[in-house]
Amino acid sequence: MGDMNTIGVSVKRKEDYRFLTGAGTYTDDVTLPHQSYACFVRSPHAHAKVKAINKDKALKAPGVVAIFTGEDLAAAKVGGLPCGWLITDVNAQPMKEPAHPCLAQGKVCHVGDQVAVVIAETYDQAKDAAELVEVDYEVLPAVVDVVSALKKGAPLIHDAAPGNTCYVWAIGDKGVVDKAMAAAAHVTKLEFVNNRLIPNAIEPRAVNASYTRHDESYTLYVANQNPHVERLLMTAFVLGLPEQKVRVIAPDVGGGFGSKIFLYAEDVVLTWASKRVNRPIKWTAERSESFVSDAHGRDHVTVAELALDRDGKFLAMRVHTTAAMGAYLSTFAPAVPTILYATLLAGQYTTPAIYAEVMAVFTNTAPVDAYRGAGRPEATYVVERLVETAAREMKLDPAEIRRRNFIKTFPYQTPVALQYDIGDYEATLAEALKMADVAGFPARRAEAAKRGKKRGLGYSCYIEACGIAPSAVAGALGARAGLFEAAEIRVHPTGKVTVFTGSHSHGQGHETTFAQVVASRLGIPVDDVDVVHGDTGRVLFGMGTYGSRSLAVGGTAIVKALDKVVNKGKKIAAHLLEASDTDIEFKDGVFKVAGTDKAVPFGSVALTAYVPHNYPHDKLEPGLNEQAFYDPANFTFPAGSHICEVEIDPDTGITKIVNFTAVDDFGNIVNPMIVEGQVHGGLTQGIGQALTEGCVYDKESGQLVTGSYFDYCMPRADDVPSYKVGTKVTACTHNPLGVKGCGEAGAIGSPPALINAITDALGIREIEMPATPERVWRAANKKA
Amino acid sequence: MKISMTVNGKPVSAEVETRTLLVTFIRENLRLTGTHVGCDTSQCGACTIHMNGQAVKSCNLLAMQAEGADILTIEGLAKADGTLHPMQEAFREHHGLQCGFCTPGMVMSAVDLVKNHPNPSEETIRAELDGNLCRCTGYHNIVKAVQAASAKM
Repeated sequence: MGDMNTIGVSVKRKEDYRFLTGAGTYTDDVTLPHQSYACFVRSPHAHAKVKAINKDKALKAPGVVAIFTGEDLAAAKVGGLPCGWLITDVNAQPMKEPAHPCLAQGKVCHVGDQVAVVIAETYDQAKDAAELVEVDYEVLPAVVDVVSALKKGAPLIHDAAPGNTCYVWAIGDKGVVDKAMAAAAHVTKLEFVNNRLIPNAIEPRAVNASYTRHDESYTLYVANQNPHVERLLMTAFVLGLPEQKVRVIAPDVGGGFGSKIFLYAEDVVLTWASKRVNRPIKWTAERSESFVSDAHGRDHVTVAELALDRDGKFLAMRVHTTAAMGAYLSTFAPAVPTILYATLLAGQYTTPAIYAEVMAVFTNTAPVDAYRGAGRPEATYVVERLVETAAREMKLDPAEIRRRNFIKTFPYQTPVALQYDIGDYEATLAEALKMADVAGFPARRAEAAKRGKKRGLGYSCYIEACGIAPSAVAGALGARAGLFEAAEIRVHPTGKVTVFTGSHSHGQGHETTFAQVVASRLGIPVDDVDVVHGDTGRVLFGMGTYGSRSLAVGGTAIVKALDKVVNKGKKIAAHLLEASDTDIEFKDGVFKVAGTDKAVPFGSVALTAYVPHNYPHDKLEPGLNEQAFYDPANFTFPAGSHICEVEIDPDTGITKIVNFTAVDDFGNIVNPMIVEGQVHGGLTQGIGQALTEGCVYDKESGQLVTGSYFDYCMPRADDVPSYKVGTKVTACTHNPLGVKGCGEAGAIGSPPALINAITDALGIREIEMPATPERVWRAANKKA
Repeated sequence: MKISMTVNGKPVSAEVETRTLLVTFIRENLRLTGTHVGCDTSQCGACTIHMNGQAVKSCNLLAMQAEGADILTIEGLAKADGTLHPMQEAFREHHGLQCGFCTPGMVMSAVDLVKNHPNPSEETIRAELDGNLCRCTGYHNIVKAVQAASAKM
């Protein structure tokens, strides 16, 4: 057998040919016999009572098949959308969990809230008829930002949530932190907003639901990151359908970034309605609908303090964050500003005492939930802005202050619940300093100054908790689901392999990376391995893709199933070679009796398993097909150092990123090309947050001002640079691949690096994200 | 109304509403679903095709405006035997795609870009691709792919 080990090799992606030739199949590409189309009537108001809905005119419009409202859902006892995470507040009370109806039940709570669905023969007909649905609204005062929502006399969004408060939650020892703060030689305090973002996967959300009357079954094509979770939530908690009667297929999905994790109202309404009309119904969001109805990300207001001793050693951190939930609780929303945020406030540092208090608040906006990084970008922003500002205030080199505080021994128990297994923070920082040529920065700054430009350098040393999560830990923290992953390895009689994984790929390249893992372990060519995902009808189970967990959790499930395949293979080989099982070793695709040249290749063992003529039937079943479930032992902790160099034109306020260096420790790397691609994309989304993107709701009307690509500034090719990326490896200690996850790192580390660079260039303390040319120009010219 | 045009070398004709967009005609009437729709304001470029040899956003034209035109979609770019166009090959080689949704539009724009700028600099590539949004790649590898393809086209 040749060297089939491709771990660490940039194998070109198996999925690319279909995407490059237009042969990908996304949900909107699926059109079924007797297809009908849906258009949702959405609230034009941020907050209103729905007094009456008249659908008479619309029902008479050409091509209309049916129109349903909240009344129909209520009559059919269709429940609201469930929330998958329960946060318990500081008084040991459950969070406030107002109903989240799939179609309005007498009230709408944000612009874009679903009021009715119109189903017609064509999409244009559905859209035309939707215009004719008459909704009588009584407009109520709205509140779109967390600060206003908490004010006395603010409009109350849900009776079930007095004061618009979902929960007040805290972590850490307040007494110890307060005392350390009071006694510290220096305290750095910052107040900032972590700007609300709109995920904007380029494929809009889409659903195609159908019902088969003869066996009472449903099939749902949906642009979704975790089809089994979608099915579980929908069948068990909303529609009360038998799970085995619902097949959820998430075919090719055009990006997710978190926004396609969640169970959305449209998915439920179409599934339910497909039985009522007994036809397939398709809905694809127009981009304007995506803007108002996809779950948004971030939206925190924070006050943070860092206490230091005279030498710049961190003593304590105190953080107060107010986090928007939006109008309703999306699937995992409550976990984002708590479990995924405050537990990361130690960063890479030995800060001994940390206290964080989080208030989650309802606003008349689209729901907020996990978006690339989910809580960890917000935590990193707090820590790394504080650290850099403290360094400047104490006249310490920003790299030096970090070195003085880095965690150096592992495992390390932070004061905010997590236990880091391994890392080498000095190594990633040292490599980043070198790659970014920090030593040459003063000369570059002086040269830029001669041209009237302002150069700045900013650092960010982030950590994230990925591979979510040990189910028992997550359960204790409020998760209403397990967080394992499942895999099946089907070895065919010819020795070719199909892998079934619960991890869904929507750009991450699982079909290639997972095939590399399997091929390398079995000693067969990558081309002999195909990966199947995204279909509850084919894959045994799965918790899906989010939180950079696919390889660490999904990949480990695959490895565990492979171990079973190899173990059974050893028994078959032992029989064929007339040896004891325990004497068989498996290497490079060959089963061999240890210390002899007696061997049988993997392919022959596979064939024997399916043509069991000479076979130990008394001890072994035929076939070679194994499954495994893997529940992680701990989170994984990818970490890295990002250094950003900017040049600002003070006359225009335009910030040019002249150098962006990212050195990350993702543990072992299977496919470097794919990992680098993940970093590039993450960095660009983080740069988007820092420089161009910001969701704006009008404070009076509650209208979404940034409701299209004209107004919401997505980073384009000419807004971002080419990147310098590098890696350092400390292998994860608790999964067999030694991997940590790489999907979110770029979006987590980059915003503070960029804002630190801009504030350095301008010699200012703070600038709000996104640092648009207008904001930068104002800052540059106020100073001057 | 009836419209006729050539799509990927084949004559096609169909009855459409006057309001039917060219992209809708391509996707729904011809079932060529490689051309994607990512927005409703002609900003994302996922629907980019070639009309009479020029890259256009097919969501920004009515189908009837393409009467008699020669249309090339992503499905018609590779050779009949399946061999990829140098631009497609370069995207594969340099990992210029992830989820694949923006890819057809991006590739069609890039082919046009290289036709107009045979040896494009990074700056030119970035400026010329500014009409195509990609949320996955951060553009880094797309730029590399276009540079590599330009050397072979």
